[in-house]
Amino acid sequence: MLDKEGIAKRIAKEVKDGYYVNLGIGIPTLVANYIPENIDVVLQSENGLLGMGPFPFEGEEDPDTINAGKQTITKLPGSAVFDSALSFGMIRAKKVNLTILGAMEVSENGDIANWKIPGKMVKGMGGAMDLVASAENIIVAMQHVNKAGESKLLPNCTLPLTGVNCVKKIVTELAVLDVLPDGGFKLLERAPGVTVEDIEKATAGKLIVEGEVPEMVI
Amino acid sequence: MNKVVSGAKEAISDIKNGMTLMLGGFGLCGLPEKTILALAASGITDLTCISNNAGVDDFGIGLLLRNRQVKKMISSYVGENAEFERQLLSGELEVELIPQGTLATRCMAAGYGIPAIFTPAGIGTEVAEGKEIRNFNGKDYLMEMAFDADFAIVKAWKGDSMGNLVYRSTARNFNPVMAMAGKVTIAEVEELVEPGELDPDHIHTPGIYVHRIFKGEGYEKRIEQRTVRKR
Repeated sequence: MLDKEGIAKRIAKEVKDGYYVNLGIGIPTLVANYIPENIDVVLQSENGLLGMGPFPFEGEEDPDTINAGKQTITKLPGSAVFDSALSFGMIRAKKVNLTILGAMEVSENGDIANWKIPGKMVKGMGGAMDLVASAENIIVAMQHVNKAGESKLLPNCTLPLTGVNCVKKIVTELAVLDVLPDGGFKLLERAPGVTVEDIEKATAGKLIVEGEVPEMVI
Repeated sequence: MNKVVSGAKEAISDIKNGMTLMLGGFGLCGLPEKTILALAASGITDLTCISNNAGVDDFGIGLLLRNRQVKKMISSYVGENAEFERQLLSGELEVELIPQGTLATRCMAAGYGIPAIFTPAGIGTEVAEGKEIRNFNGKDYLMEMAFDADFAIVKAWKGDSMGNLVYRSTARNFNPVMAMAGKVTIAEVEELVEPGELDPDHIHTPGIYVHRIFKGEGYEKRIEQRTVRKR
């Protein structure tokens, strides 16, 4: 089973040379720490920055330079700043190659719910609906089951949706799965020490297992 | 074309109860903090505020919420504010949550003179309820209307007396698109200079969009999530 860092490490392997990548809040943010040094990747922050760098050293924080999680960050050489409309313009126009975000639920046809729980204080969708509606390559980083032990990989989402038919790949503490175009979670890899049966038990939606499922290498 | 006013108090002197205001900033970054302080001291009420966020309890739009000056918020994300949550749950405050890109682009459309835009954001979700959907090239899009705001209030780094504006780093965020979108636009700046001192090639908001400008004194520039790494 993977911890959060492990999920981030595995997702980092999906980041390819030349990609522009948008990372959501939570586990996705950790992915930046594991992108191989020998590839060229530019991080987009939807509040208006390409070329996001690491957190600043103490004493070097700039209140005018933050990421979409409102954390102080730095700008790398070659970065570019722009307004919010242009930021979502490049997202809508599919210039961003990969979007990695968290979720509360994903359905077997790629629907995602990650912004609202009825009866609880709703904070808003931020940029998530724009990202999932436009991005062609969306990876979800999340736990396989919720705190109550219920599967988050479902036949249909039960929570209000953020977007439909959009998630392509899911990485959890148990597995790597593709969401197939015709529906279903195809099991690609098992986390170290996790069996196919463990994954079947934790997956409420249609799970497709073909042949030997390799253990992931991270 | 001298648009300089004495300060925030003069800049907001004709804002009336019940008006719709746009306020720039992303969280507390690039926030028109001086004009918000003047609004908080003004007693103007029943405001509809279009802003990406709702500030924190004791800073930014949170100050207007604390004074019960806001009737409705139109935002994409409103966490980090306990008073906001209280007013929302008690029904004192109306809130319309919209996707961040939709918010920005509805501002942009207003500034470009375009009545509506089509975006895929929100298709298949509750955001789409009651809205016109059009299919282009096999994909569904929602029609979203350009904003209509009485005042836009923005913060820039530098500006000249003609209203030309330059922003700094990610404090740019919603400010340029909101500056374009108000019937009246108020800009507060850290540095106010004479025409000719800003390079025309480097201006982000042309002065034609700006009606009033003033220099704010002593910017607090609070940091919402101070995050650092070890040396």
